[in-house]
Amino acid sequence: MTNALSRLLETRDWLMADGATGTNLFNMGLSSGDAPEMWNTDHPDRIRALYKSAVDAGSDIFLTNSFGGNASRLKLHDAQDRARELSRVAAELGREVADAAGRQVVVAGSIGPTGDIFTPMGTLTHELAVEIFHEQAEGLKEGGADVLWLETISAPEEYKAAAEAFALADMPWCGTMSFDTAGRTMMGVTSADMVAMVEALPNPPIAFGANCGVGASDLLRTVLGFAAQGTERPIIAKGNAGIPKYHDGHIHYDGTPELMAEYAVMARDCGATIIGGCCGTMPEHLEKMREALETRPRGPSPTLDEIAERLGGFSSAADGTGEDDTPKRQRRGRRRG
Amino acid sequence: MSEEEDDIILSELDDDELVQQMFDDLYDGLKDEIEESVNILLERGWAPYRILTEALVGGMTIVGQDFRDGILFVPEVLLAANAMKGGMSILKPLLVETGAPRMGSMVIGTVKGDIHDIGKNLVGMMMEGAGFEVVDLGINNPVEGYLEALQEHKPDILGMSALLTTTMPYMKVVIDTMIEQGLRDDYIVLVGGAPLNEEFGKAIGADAYCRDAAVAVETAKSFVARKHNQGVATV
Repeated sequence: MTNALSRLLETRDWLMADGATGTNLFNMGLSSGDAPEMWNTDHPDRIRALYKSAVDAGSDIFLTNSFGGNASRLKLHDAQDRARELSRVAAELGREVADAAGRQVVVAGSIGPTGDIFTPMGTLTHELAVEIFHEQAEGLKEGGADVLWLETISAPEEYKAAAEAFALADMPWCGTMSFDTAGRTMMGVTSADMVAMVEALPNPPIAFGANCGVGASDLLRTVLGFAAQGTERPIIAKGNAGIPKYHDGHIHYDGTPELMAEYAVMARDCGATIIGGCCGTMPEHLEKMREALETRPRGPSPTLDEIAERLGGFSSAADGTGEDDTPKRQRRGRRRG
Repeated sequence: MSEEEDDIILSELDDDELVQQMFDDLYDGLKDEIEESVNILLERGWAPYRILTEALVGGMTIVGQDFRDGILFVPEVLLAANAMKGGMSILKPLLVETGAPRMGSMVIGTVKGDIHDIGKNLVGMMMEGAGFEVVDLGINNPVEGYLEALQEHKPDILGMSALLTTTMPYMKVVIDTMIEQGLRDDYIVLVGGAPLNEEFGKAIGADAYCRDAAVAVETAKSFVARKHNQGVATV
């Protein structure tokens, strides 16, 4: 498969992705409640500046401003008809910035969750999910995205539907899930479950992994979980810059650039190939991460204790991958006919 | 039980066994079985309110505890809540007829500027699962929207959700307005959302921060019980 990401992966043994989109856009004046994707057409200069800030800070890959650009999410802003257009423009702006970078930079077309819950409990059917993701994929493809980049997914059904849609669009892709509930995704998927799911897909992603979630420590535990499955597929680590804290009326993420540099190097030691940030990760974090990845040697995979010591404790004692990790309830068992 | 391949005939179980079986069936999200069991208990002369509290809410409490403890996850909890709803739909008209006490009611919505709704939806479903009446205001609610809904529905609880660090301070705007208008003490105010914590909840004047949907249900129950015990009405 020939695409910019696969080519870069052939020549380099680690790549740096970008940081936060939302946090950066809010700093640029986005009002909360507005769809960030509207800025692709309303303020293209600011979106170019966002992309360029990641490129200038050393990112090899950046994600387009299209996370919530699917019809299901845009419907909340009565803009469901603009899914394809807003995604296309997000990628076009990305293409401009990447092509002017003077080095190989990958434009990754971001695709976030629909926000809906699948049937039978929710309203989302597989067919509808495929259709929604396919529309966005075609828009990003038209705009010139090198790869599609699925992120912050919780439900395996949604990940699979997106994979199917990307096959329809004939696009290479990457896909990460968010492990934010006791080391699993909200829907209960463990790191080991995700590897099994990814490897069983008819059109598996170029790379897979984890993004967002709780803090840097939890994210690295998840990466260790992926690596423990012995997967050959490149692993993506895109963790938040610490945890948001509330101080005197405003909020900031407690992860310093130095901490994120430490996280980046440890992520690589844990087995990640593509390393970036998520919420709260600003250009100054990315710069320190890049510098650390370039200057510090690889080391052995850290233990959980070392991760906790250097990056802070975990949000839960277990993550569902151990032997007798998670307690099970003793039940009466048996069903009637 | 050892006879694992034998089917259980619900109508042949005695009351205690049947309630135990309902706990299991709720846990497994078996809606048809729950509906059948509710009907059996009604036929045996159980008061609708007793079925609600002892069998359904009792069973959902176990589901909530295991969700809180990371044993069950959202899909299982949604199925359980759906099974509970099946039982509730039978009981609801009967509860009204018999004038049974209500579990309580809640108005819930994501704050202005915030378009995230999954967490809020889960809380709504779990609260319904626990027998509460829930009015869902959806996303992006301005303070006026909350106040109108409080006026109209007179709930016990106001629930607010925010997933963004930029929108969570809006909860304080709502609470401050309630204080200004002298309404604050008429309601139990619960807040939740990924970036929040207990300290934040206290700082803005909420009654409690709820870490997840299971905690929200437990907190709601204990606050409503306290409110009822005090016998305090709106003054």
